[in-house]
Amino acid sequence: MNRVFKLNNPYNDDKVISACSIFGMIDQSGRCFSGECVTTAIANMQVRSNGLGGGFAVYGLYPEHADHYAFHIMFLDKKAQEETANFLTENFLLTHAEKIPTRKTAGIVDPPIIWRYFLKVNSKPRIELEGLSEDDYVVAKVMEINTKIDGAFVFSSGKNMGVFKGVGYPEDISHYFRLDEYKGYLWTAHGRFPTNTQGWWGGAHPFSILDWTVVHNGEISSYGINQRYLEMFGYRCTMQTDTEVMAYAVDLLMRKHGLPIEIVADIFAAPLWSELEHMEKTEKDLRIKLRQIYSSLLINGPFTVIIAHQGEMIGLTDRIRLRPLTAGVKGDMLYLSSEEAAIRLICPDLEKAWIPRGGEPIVGRLYQKEKKELSHRKKERG
Amino acid sequence: MKTLLPPEFKIIRDEAKCIKCQVCVRQCGFEVHTYDEEEDVVLSNNAKCVACSRCVKFCPTSALNVIKNPLSYRENTNWRQEVIHDIIKQAETGGVILTGMGNDKPYPIYWDHLVLNASQVTNPPIDPLREPMELRTYLGSKPDQLVIKGKHVKTKIPPQVPIETPILFSAMSYGSISLNAQLALARAASEFGTLWNTGEGGLHKELYKYGSTTIVQVASGRFGVHPDYLYAARVLEIKIGQGAKPGIGGHLPGEKVSSPVSRTRMIPKGTDALSPAPHHDIYSIEDLAQLVYALKEATNYQKPVCVKIAAVHNSAAIASGIARAGADIIALDGLRGGTGAAPKIIRDNVGIPIELAIASVDTRLRQEGIRNRVSLIAAGGFRSSADVIKAIALGADAVYIATAALVAMGCHLCQKCYTGICNWGIATQDPYLSKRLNPDLATQRLINLLRGWSLEIKEMLGGMGINAIESLRGNRLHLRAVGLTQAEMDVLGVRQAGA
Repeated sequence: MNRVFKLNNPYNDDKVISACSIFGMIDQSGRCFSGECVTTAIANMQVRSNGLGGGFAVYGLYPEHADHYAFHIMFLDKKAQEETANFLTENFLLTHAEKIPTRKTAGIVDPPIIWRYFLKVNSKPRIELEGLSEDDYVVAKVMEINTKIDGAFVFSSGKNMGVFKGVGYPEDISHYFRLDEYKGYLWTAHGRFPTNTQGWWGGAHPFSILDWTVVHNGEISSYGINQRYLEMFGYRCTMQTDTEVMAYAVDLLMRKHGLPIEIVADIFAAPLWSELEHMEKTEKDLRIKLRQIYSSLLINGPFTVIIAHQGEMIGLTDRIRLRPLTAGVKGDMLYLSSEEAAIRLICPDLEKAWIPRGGEPIVGRLYQKEKKELSHRKKERG
Repeated sequence: MKTLLPPEFKIIRDEAKCIKCQVCVRQCGFEVHTYDEEEDVVLSNNAKCVACSRCVKFCPTSALNVIKNPLSYRENTNWRQEVIHDIIKQAETGGVILTGMGNDKPYPIYWDHLVLNASQVTNPPIDPLREPMELRTYLGSKPDQLVIKGKHVKTKIPPQVPIETPILFSAMSYGSISLNAQLALARAASEFGTLWNTGEGGLHKELYKYGSTTIVQVASGRFGVHPDYLYAARVLEIKIGQGAKPGIGGHLPGEKVSSPVSRTRMIPKGTDALSPAPHHDIYSIEDLAQLVYALKEATNYQKPVCVKIAAVHNSAAIASGIARAGADIIALDGLRGGTGAAPKIIRDNVGIPIELAIASVDTRLRQEGIRNRVSLIAAGGFRSSADVIKAIALGADAVYIATAALVAMGCHLCQKCYTGICNWGIATQDPYLSKRLNPDLATQRLINLLRGWSLEIKEMLGGMGINAIESLRGNRLHLRAVGLTQAEMDVLGVRQAGA
């Protein structure tokens, strides 16, 4: 853990600050497409990053292993890999493991060992840890690898998805990991401009826990209290990045507290008290109560974030929109980007492009998922 | 017995400027100044002067000044002048030395060793003159999670009280201060959207109309406590202790128990109102829980219950117990908290600085995962908006101010509140003196103070790149320490500046 901590934050600053380019696209009909488009788009915003970090998240990535937790894990050395492999076989049912295929790439220097493991939770540990869900169990094990095995770091741990990231410009990372050969229905991408570290592979975005991924452009001024609040719920912010706080906050509110993204957006980017005065009573009451209870999860300071999980992609800025976000639509495709030009480069005939208001969530969902959710909500009401 | 006490202060009268108008004679309730008609001269008795500055500020020709009596004893670090004088006083009276206001001894003031952050480059500062900046805070117990169906919150939320600035007026009882002073506090709180606190002296019937911005106290003497008093309030506060005198009860000298005070307190006129040191129905934490719930039952769970304690060595553990005993709010009153009357030896030696108490209590409640269950109000010598904002960054939800509010109304900290004489009309029940405090002007001065501090808080928040006070609450990364030891920084949870 110490090694990870030092790598990520060698100067022991409050938190790791970085500015960035972010991009995301989802085909809401569920059609899968390769990583070429998203690479072209993020490469167009090269000036927003400085070659110290790039990464991608892909959903719908492993249809042949859709019911397995897919762990992408980075190792600094062989020993860490052996230790982790043993840990995984002890704690999971390991179906398949392989080195993630790569290409020699000019911009990529000294890459770590990166493997993927397809895992199932076998029943034994579940019985031991009564009361925990499968997901909770996986989260606990990921935290254990990250903090206890020196030199091992889990990039992603969700089903039918994966994170590819490292030190370099995002287009180099894409080339290195051969992302043109993969297909997914939802891609997010990130180019990083860290201000205080040399950059290390684990520190690049997307940041992920289970199938949640976050790419993020911003510096959270409320970091200190967001972190202390999350600690009360058992989260340990080992990486000291704003993005990590975002990921855990989303996990707490959406997975554990079961709140929909629209509500979560109202917590992260709460409407101003003065805006509430103009709302009708039910809407206003809801917002007041959200702010009373979750005020410590108000995310203050400049940020734009693209949060994704199975079947859903959400773009959100802080409530006074101090970082850029543009949305675009063409047919079933929703695009989110730091800059409009990047969208138009890969989709010159956009139907619509707009700049969302500060704090307004832009949500893209698989139609399938949308239907399921609607019927679920109806049932709840019924 | 001839007193061996020399005068503490010396009055300097510029005879060339003095027009013998006798304003000073009339203004001084301590009868320092007298007019000799035969000689046509105004005389001053230094021995009676308390340095309240009333005559100096009201002299129409600026002929007066008060200086410290430049009396010299042989220099001695241990046997300072104050120590010698205290011994003389006790040798002459055989009593406990009383005093007023807060601890004036040179204990470290941690606020002056904490500096704030500001945004540069990586993060834009926010300009409060052009952008919204939110200070509203809700006091009350919060559940850990909301269950929401559609647009409706299914979770039952305990009562929440909004304040528009994180500054409340702390407890000062009717009796210790005049009705005009309380009226000004009540009106200023109502107009500004914050709360004031009755202290343990009951609520005068003229102030019931300010009930929705009133915190009423239930203290060990139960003075003035009856159902209507509880119904009238917005928040109920059980006073266990006070920063100026931890471990002992309230003390109102009989001189200040006038007939309206006696009616409001429900005690005989002219008698000393001495609250017992403990609540005699609270000898342990489970007893506190009973009183908390008795008050909640009495008010149908409509009002948050606050428990106020003095900051002492074990505050963190005590606060945890209070949170678990069902309180909605905890008020912590530190070493420098003020009082109308307290034994000097206690005021100056008992309790711990509020900065350390806030930090250790907030940390402990978070370690135990129960910080959401209570709001935390800090009290005890807050001098400026900087102290307030630092307290919030350490973990307080809001702060109580009292001494600063008194100073805004005219108090000059002469520390004679316990005598019943207050030339500024604040800490007195003498109608001749108390009518000096014009409630309209005092209200305006209090509102101005709240406004000034709130504007400054907004400026500092904006500088940090934050536009809502809750994003600073408990956010200690925005604080850095200068000139503190590692042990102090560990307790405060704050890092060394530059590191």
